[in-house]
Amino acid sequence: MKLRGQVIKYGDNIDTDVIIPARYLNTTDEKELASHCMEDIDPAFSSKLRGGDIMAAGSNFGCGSSREHAPAAIKASGVSCVIAKDFARIFYRNAINIGLPILECPAAVEGCSDGDELAVDLDGGIIENLTTGAKYSASPFPGFLQDIIASGGLMKAAEKLVAGK
Amino acid sequence: MAMTMTQRIIAAHCGESEVRAGQMVLADVDLVLANDITAPVSIKELERHGIGTVFDSGKIALVLDHFVPCKDIKAAQLCTEVRGFAKKHGIKHFFDVGEMGIEHALLPEKGLVGSGDLVVGADSHTCTYGALGAFSTGMGSTDIAFAMATGKTWLKVPAACRFTLRNKPARWVGGKDVILHIIGMISVSGARYMSMEFDGDGLEHLSMDDRFTIANMAIEAGAKNGIFETDALTVQYEKGRREKTVPCSIDPGAVYEKTYEIDLSKLRPVISKPHQPDNTCYADEAGDIPIDQVVIGSCTNGRLGDLAVAAGILRGRKVHPRARTIIIPATQRIYLEALKAGYIETFIEAGCAVSTPTCGPCLGGYMGILAKGERAVSTTNRNFVGRMGHPGSEVYLAGPAVAAASAIEGRIVSPEQLTGGAIE
Ligand code: SF4
Repeated sequence: MKLRGQVIKYGDNIDTDVIIPARYLNTTDEKELASHCMEDIDPAFSSKLRGGDIMAAGSNFGCGSSREHAPAAIKASGVSCVIAKDFARIFYRNAINIGLPILECPAAVEGCSDGDELAVDLDGGIIENLTTGAKYSASPFPGFLQDIIASGGLMKAAEKLVAGK
Repeated sequence: MAMTMTQRIIAAHCGESEVRAGQMVLADVDLVLANDITAPVSIKELERHGIGTVFDSGKIALVLDHFVPCKDIKAAQLCTEVRGFAKKHGIKHFFDVGEMGIEHALLPEKGLVGSGDLVVGADSHTCTYGALGAFSTGMGSTDIAFAMATGKTWLKVPAACRFTLRNKPARWVGGKDVILHIIGMISVSGARYMSMEFDGDGLEHLSMDDRFTIANMAIEAGAKNGIFETDALTVQYEKGRREKTVPCSIDPGAVYEKTYEIDLSKLRPVISKPHQPDNTCYADEAGDIPIDQVVIGSCTNGRLGDLAVAAGILRGRKVHPRARTIIIPATQRIYLEALKAGYIETFIEAGCAVSTPTCGPCLGGYMGILAKGERAVSTTNRNFVGRMGHPGSEVYLAGPAVAAASAIEGRIVSPEQLTGGAIE
């Protein structure tokens, strides 16, 4: 899968409470969640979006709660991919399980600024900064995640397991 | 091969004689947990994929605790979905108003989790049960839907760091001070993806409530789980609750990426300043910080031992007029025991509000939301921006002793700094 979009950049330790504050967790409606995405740290977030935007962030992105509402809110806001130096463990699982593309690539994060245009090849893990001309390669998914992705997501894998019983 | 405690439990649940860090496994789970916020998302996933059965209606726990008794119409709708699902599938361990409690206090109390178990929950503080020598970890709702359907979960076997606790902590130092100290030392990502494993002679001076508090906040150091060696206290706790205690201890020669030795006798009560749990200092070095609210409760510090500490300090005293003090026993049973022990009377006479069990203010849900510019001392586990209300409010994390002493003074103090001197 190939993506292209403009960078919106954040720092380290972006936690799930700023991605989607708990006061909005009384709904599972993704559009509504998206309308509050990042608002405590970046009230202008939703007005910056141009569609297909790429979020770039520092270390430990998505730390905090297990709320799947966090990657869901990012995805529903139209962000096509999150590139971070590294992710918090639960967020990493959740993003893959719900189909929000994520990549770990410290160099690409260091080398980009707000508004840069990026082209991302998810299968190859290649990130190209079209503004600066630099190219980066991200660490590929481990084998078991590729299996999950190949079966169409975690719940597709569950369907198979349940049917096989 | 020598394994960590976590690795040994994972190996036992995936039919391997050994597993090593970094290995991917499909493991069997003993219990799957979800709550009023996360279960509806799991239920939606199951429905969307046409999965109409669960793997075992006796091995799923559903606890309505975050916004319950329901704070608004939307929360009420979510609870209705969970109730309907519980009924349809005959979920045995379903806890609603009247018998519910905060999930991570409730499940151990009911004996539903214990030593040797592998537990997954759609809540990040599922790591609490490691206090009993279980491997338990938080996941998202889709992972939990998968576990509900199949009784299995994917795991990457974690590497580990070891915390050897030594000696007896001083008078006002409890589990919260130990874990805040550790997080301050290693940072909010210091144990990322790893298990935090606790052993040492200091354990014998830590009550089970202290251990729950410590394991509870492993996630705040980025860990996958926290786990304690089992001992006589574990056996005593599990007696009458579980058939047997499965011994859990560190293999000689097990590989740890990092090892730390902590002299508990050297610690003083710790607080964590906004807006990250690793922003710690000793409570008596906080400076003059006036507060508007105190919360004593949550899955971190809402247990009987915590309430006993707070009651001991508040007995015969009044909370400061500026410091609204909210006390939330974590389960119905804890509430009842606190009532019988006279703690509730003490709290009310001191001018505190006492609530039925709920997560409430811990996640900024309800029952004590902060306005812009307000500041709280809270025994909960997260002080992120906006966690207890307005993004311009502040949360200082502390144990029950500091929280109670601060409630009396209306500013952050350690119990030794109380006006009129120390308490007996
Ligand atoms: S008390 Fe707070 S941290 Fe614990 S489960 Fe409830 S919301 Fe989460």
